[in-house]
Amino acid sequence: MTASAVGGTKQTRGTASLRHRLADRGIDSQLLLMVPAIVFILALFVYPFAYGFGLTLQPTEDTVDTWGGGILANYVRFFGDAFTVESVWLTARLAIPAALFNVLVSIPLAIKLKPKFRGKQLISTLLVLPITLGTVLTAQGLLIFAGRQGWLNHTLMNLGILDQPLTLVHNYIGVLLSLIISGFPFAFLLISSYLSGIDPSLDRAARALGAGWAQRFLRITLPLLAPGLATTFILTFVLAFSIFPSATLVGDPSGSTRVLAVVAYRFFGEQFDYPMASTVAIMMGLAELAVVAIVLLGRSFLYKGSTGGKG
Amino acid sequence: MTTSAEEFDTIRIENVGRRFGGTTALQGFDLTVQRGEFIALLGPSGCGKSTALNCLAGLLPLTDGSIHVGDQRVDVLPPEKRDFGMVFQSYALFPHLTVEKNVAFGLQMRGVSRSETARRVAEALRLVRLEDQAKKLPGQLSGGQQQRVAIARAVVIEPRVVLMDEPLSNLDAKLRLEMRTEIRRLHQTLGLTTVYVTHDQEEALSLADRLVVLRAGRVQQIGTPQELHDNPANWHVADFMGYRNLLEATVSSDADGQGRVRIRADDLELVGTAVNPTAAGETVRLAVRPTDLVVQTSQSAAASPVNTIAADVEIVEYQGRDYAVEVRTTGGRTLHVRSDHAPEVGTKVLLTVDPSRALVYQEDLDTATTVAHDTAVPA
Repeated sequence: MTASAVGGTKQTRGTASLRHRLADRGIDSQLLLMVPAIVFILALFVYPFAYGFGLTLQPTEDTVDTWGGGILANYVRFFGDAFTVESVWLTARLAIPAALFNVLVSIPLAIKLKPKFRGKQLISTLLVLPITLGTVLTAQGLLIFAGRQGWLNHTLMNLGILDQPLTLVHNYIGVLLSLIISGFPFAFLLISSYLSGIDPSLDRAARALGAGWAQRFLRITLPLLAPGLATTFILTFVLAFSIFPSATLVGDPSGSTRVLAVVAYRFFGEQFDYPMASTVAIMMGLAELAVVAIVLLGRSFLYKGSTGGKG
Repeated sequence: MTTSAEEFDTIRIENVGRRFGGTTALQGFDLTVQRGEFIALLGPSGCGKSTALNCLAGLLPLTDGSIHVGDQRVDVLPPEKRDFGMVFQSYALFPHLTVEKNVAFGLQMRGVSRSETARRVAEALRLVRLEDQAKKLPGQLSGGQQQRVAIARAVVIEPRVVLMDEPLSNLDAKLRLEMRTEIRRLHQTLGLTTVYVTHDQEEALSLADRLVVLRAGRVQQIGTPQELHDNPANWHVADFMGYRNLLEATVSSDADGQGRVRIRADDLELVGTAVNPTAAGETVRLAVRPTDLVVQTSQSAAASPVNTIAADVEIVEYQGRDYAVEVRTTGGRTLHVRSDHAPEVGTKVLLTVDPSRALVYQEDLDTATTVAHDTAVPA
């Protein structure tokens, strides 16, 4: 009945049952397996996110009085108040260098650790070990090691190299160090796995064609690795951007390391301004999205196909 | 560093060896390659043929020996300074570069000018008939096309030597034949010195000027396809050259003046030609090509009682022009026979073999190989 004649050939309906035809399009009872995940996402992400966003549109009377803008008063305040706007810069100033550093340092290490050799496992393990330390433990370690009374300063001063202790914690450097320590294993693991996806015979082919190591790296390895580097940068950047504990513990949370998470916490914990805290959180997400979008845009110009290896 | 135009007459590979930890992958490899020659390294997997090629390319350092191209010692140079072209089994095309740029890569590394590069790339692509695919990425090409790009990329730099590592083994049977012809044609056109690694004896026989058969890291025999095909130096080479019937046997009489020996395998009493010196009582291998076992009609069998084998037909395969027949002797040995008619499965047949086509080899391969190079079978 529904059979239609296309270009003279009569297209007949399949004789398979409806169930089979649906299954052919991926609709079958296995879809039920997705229910827990969907419930989880709805309950723990979509709802709180929507609720938080709703809060940002219900500014406190104080905020409306001071900053104006009606229901958008929180946003007006966010961009008007140096306290909040500046912290976007303060966060980016930490997260971007930390992510860049981790990505750049991981590349040569991952390349050197790609071939099999004795002790490779041990070195890789040592490099990845910091992943097991929480941020708090890292911060504590940094305080003990690099603090004014720490081992590092103690040793340097006893050796007579310094008269004054170096200030490595409770400032920008302390937080940067902590971000590098906690972000490096992620970057290293990710880049190693991207690198292992590149067919090693490409490097050999380039050598046989007369390419020295720099040319092989710049013309073969780097272009094939670049999309992976972009992804790695995004992940380590997002991790670093939402930093909170180390900014407080080894940083200067009221000054140079007043990151967005700290600001949001202040509004929530000290001023009890829930809507404004939510606004800061939303803006934090938007700032991350902006950086991610820029990186992804750049990545879209790169070759992203097969890299020949076994992935 | 482009010394490619530099004249050389021979490549001398002297006593080259390579060990991996405790295992010897290649040992005492000696070979002199004439300029323009096509050499095939032939052997089963793990025989050291790829090791030999990688040593030549410089991708593996040598443990022993030296390699000279003309007067220049090259085994001390890194691969990028050797000026050899290489074609890999996996093609190893740069996936992010177009066909054109893949081919241009080696020229760019040599600092060849832009216009010269464009001209030579176009010429190389025309040579492998891929002019229309120049702007495509390797991933958009078929396997055969990809391998042709790889070949173009290796020959465009006009290397002193082209090294090919099983370039056809990832292709299907039909493409493999086409590409084989293509490689032969290229070699005839360009006259590039080529070292070609393969495990396929047909490929080696049809392509190479000379073959090097390897086993367990050692050279078994070096010679022209005809030499190897007709006079394999030991039963391992014979096996590779299509002597599918390899029977263990015992020598029952010393060789006569013509090298004829009488041997015994179970109930079979046969006369063969001794390739290696043998003495009565020794264990030997009898090597016979399927085509040299002749299925007798009942009348002719009675007329030639010498070297007659009675057997039961077990399997008959039609292979186009003739039949491949598997038979079992009364002693329980399986033999491969070619026949122009199809014998009935389960029937008894009589086979004969000319004593000059029944080659008798020493069982021990390692002592047999020491005389491998100049042993000629008195045919």
